[in-house]
Amino acid sequence: MIGPLRAMLMRDLALASGGSAGLGLVFFLLVVTLTPFAVGPDLALLARIGPAILWLGALLATLLGLDRLLQADHEDGGLDLMYLASAPLELMVGAKILAHWLTTCLPLVIAAPLFGAMLDVGPTTSLRVALALLIGTPALACLGAVGAALTVGLRRGGLLAPVLILPLAIPVLIFGVAACDATRDDFAPLGVLGGLALGYAVLGPVAAAGALKLLRD
Amino acid sequence: MRLVAEALSVVRGGRPVLEGVSFSVGAGGALAIVGPNGAGKSTLLRAIAGLLPPASGSVRLEGVDDEIPARESMHMLGHLDAVKSGLSVIRNLAFARDVLGGEGELLPALERVGLARLADLPGGVLSAGQRRRLALARLLAAPRPIWLLDEPTAALDAGGQAALAGLVADHRAKGGMVVAATHAELGFKDGDTLDLEPRT
Amino acid sequence: MGIFSPITALANPARFSAFSARALPWLSGVTALMMALGLYLGLVVAPADYQQGETVRIMFLHVPSAWLGMMGYTVMAAASLGVLIWRHPLADVAAKAAAPLGAAFTFLALATGSLWGKPMWGTYWVWDARLTSFLILFLMYLGLMALRSAIDEPSRAAKACAILTLVGSINIPIIKFSVEWWNTLHQPASVLKMGKPAMDPSILTPLLVNALAFTLLFVTLHLAAMRTELVRRRLRTLRITTASAAPAFAPEPAE
Repeated sequence: MIGPLRAMLMRDLALASGGSAGLGLVFFLLVVTLTPFAVGPDLALLARIGPAILWLGALLATLLGLDRLLQADHEDGGLDLMYLASAPLELMVGAKILAHWLTTCLPLVIAAPLFGAMLDVGPTTSLRVALALLIGTPALACLGAVGAALTVGLRRGGLLAPVLILPLAIPVLIFGVAACDATRDDFAPLGVLGGLALGYAVLGPVAAAGALKLLRD
Repeated sequence: MRLVAEALSVVRGGRPVLEGVSFSVGAGGALAIVGPNGAGKSTLLRAIAGLLPPASGSVRLEGVDDEIPARESMHMLGHLDAVKSGLSVIRNLAFARDVLGGEGELLPALERVGLARLADLPGGVLSAGQRRRLALARLLAAPRPIWLLDEPTAALDAGGQAALAGLVADHRAKGGMVVAATHAELGFKDGDTLDLEPRT
Repeated sequence: MGIFSPITALANPARFSAFSARALPWLSGVTALMMALGLYLGLVVAPADYQQGETVRIMFLHVPSAWLGMMGYTVMAAASLGVLIWRHPLADVAAKAAAPLGAAFTFLALATGSLWGKPMWGTYWVWDARLTSFLILFLMYLGLMALRSAIDEPSRAAKACAILTLVGSINIPIIKFSVEWWNTLHQPASVLKMGKPAMDPSILTPLLVNALAFTLLFVTLHLAAMRTELVRRRLRTLRITTASAAPAFAPEPAE
């Protein structure tokens, strides 16, 4: 049963390394770049709202790859292979989500401290942002997969999926930003964030696979 | 092993596409599904594979271990060949084999469908017929007893059709079953034919 | 006409390959010499600044990189005209090869600028008009490269990238103007002006030598990248012809 999952993971990693992986990162950088134009280049202000900007940027950037997550396989018949795989569809979708997280979310986590420096966010806070993103982005990826599965085959699915997912991502955003607050010394928000991530790690693949099964045609 | 469908009905988009279809195929058997466009040939194949839920009736495998899900006994070759243009031919095949849980060798399978020389080229440069042949190679790389083939000869040249007939004959000789939707004559020896009524 | 004849003589990709193969070793040699000279002048001969101390030497890396970041875009804009107007076979190759180079030099300018900024501003990054403009230029390079990689078919990619490059080049002065306006809006006076006062020859000469060395480096790398791209395109054509020339079904081997 491990074989099909590993094959799925490795193939999606290989396909992503062919180009699209860096796009989310560029989008993230763009959001970070645009904010000072909107609020002004005052470093004290930017430092204060920095963690929030980083979270918003990362949240939006995770949505970018979603329209291809399942749609590409829907278009070329690859989904049929996944249905007939010798591993349950839930786990196959899980492998795809993991590949998606590794190629689009992990680079955001790594880049967050660097982009934080551009907003004059201090090193401690920057590392907290990265840690919160590390724990929170898997939840976002799992939610995103549900949106991608629900909109597979729809003509405007690429636009629809973010509209469906963003309201559901609000708890992750709330506790993610709260976990970045360097003045707190408890780790309660981080704990909640971890709980959300674990819960969505189960819910995401199951709901996405369920949507694929029920909606296939 | 026996593949049995009983009074199978399928509804698609609120419209009944198949009603009360029954058939059975035994080990080494072949079934050609014929009928005009829109008769529901592809729908029937997808329903057999479990990709579409039946509205009523059932499809089942008799004489097999109940532990293994039915989908793991089936190959489905649809209209789309699931070839990724960014991966090489052999990596495409390796992926399909691993996902389907097969252990067949890759190069001999490619050899058999005449793609061995193109093994390292990216899938994107293949023609429609070559992509179809790559899909056929999956049948060999991941052996499964039931082959569901939707218009398998589409885009294949005369040599390809002959070789496909060879693959099917070998598979049946080893006790495999083949169900194919087709317009063209596939040259199945003593296979059954299921003629689907056209519906409007 | 006199200027155009050597260029049109190189129009033929085969002739270009032959010419660049002969020119590259010489160019690389001269570039290496100039880089060594520039490094020596910049690190040893040029005096330290009485205000900024030794950190001023970053300028010898920063200013040429910034200049080449802009030159890269200019090369791409010119090549894009070549793609769209003259449909020159090498123009797109030149445009494609210039993008990662321009992006790399722009990134170098940003990185050195931010390292330079640490002792001057006390922080690695300020949203100063010049740095911000370069960040936008960098993002435009990345967008162009993303568009290029998203389109498989080279001739379509060429046209799409050419149009985006030209739209971008029309936009650059507008962006530059608005960013400067935005900056003065928020920060009336306190920005440090770099390199505005007349430069002493002891600094200017190393700077010019370094600028020349970097320009040569750009030209060398650009030629090499164009050659690589030509080979890559030939390989692509070869693969397609191999696939289409493949025999029909192989004679069936015995089971």
